[in-house]
Amino acid sequence: MIFTKSKTLALRSEEEIVLVRQATRSWMVEQRFTLVAQTKMMTATSELARNAVVYGGGGSARLELLEESGRVGIRVQIEDRGPGIADLEQAMTDHFTSGQGLGLGLGGSKRLVDEFEIWSEPGKGTRVSITWWK
Amino acid sequence: MEHIPILKVGEFLLVSIQVDMHDRLAMTLQDDLTTKLVATRAKGVLIDISSLEMVDSFIGRMLGHMAAMAGVLGAEAVVVGMQPAVAITIVELGMELTGVRTALSVDKGMALLRTLVDEDSFTLNPVS
Repeated sequence: MIFTKSKTLALRSEEEIVLVRQATRSWMVEQRFTLVAQTKMMTATSELARNAVVYGGGGSARLELLEESGRVGIRVQIEDRGPGIADLEQAMTDHFTSGQGLGLGLGGSKRLVDEFEIWSEPGKGTRVSITWWK
Repeated sequence: MEHIPILKVGEFLLVSIQVDMHDRLAMTLQDDLTTKLVATRAKGVLIDISSLEMVDSFIGRMLGHMAAMAGVLGAEAVVVGMQPAVAITIVELGMELTGVRTALSVDKGMALLRTLVDEDSFTLNPVS
């Protein structure tokens, strides 16, 4: 796998949630991903970015443009140094929420993308990686 | 402070969301809309989201709240212009938008609002 481009953006405020989802979209527009792909990836990015800001106390987002056997992909990795998630399985179920959200964030984001990976350690933080292949 | 404009068109209010809203701006819009509904005694609200590139669970919840608040204040609310890709995405995300009426275009939304408002006045003032 080749990384053709990457960029790290801070994720500390609501405004930065917008910047991160807009950056994801503009990279995908540049690479001519379909409109549905752009919309799904942008929405998943927004959900995860909000989790990092609201529950993780802020963090960062790393955007990567990938190439593997002639296919172009985009990956967004969102990381925070928040409290972490003790029970990942429970956190992935729909309507599970630790706060005031709809509880669609993790499970819903997973449904929207091609690849979804999550690492979390209580007391250390959470990292989620989502990828869309063209 | 940033605001999304709310226009009065006859007996209705028109909100056209043209920017990618951050969360606080969305909350401000909710507050502004309730204030304006009370001030104008509008019977209906049309919320145009045709410029929105995505509706995540936060914005979805905000749309639901605006519809509910309009209802409590005696007005009908219709969300119009959702892009097809946005519709596909919110369904897969698992969002239900319960209680939110939708129409394809501003014209169709206006027509729906008019029907709803007429029905309301019929129910409230039955001809005896």
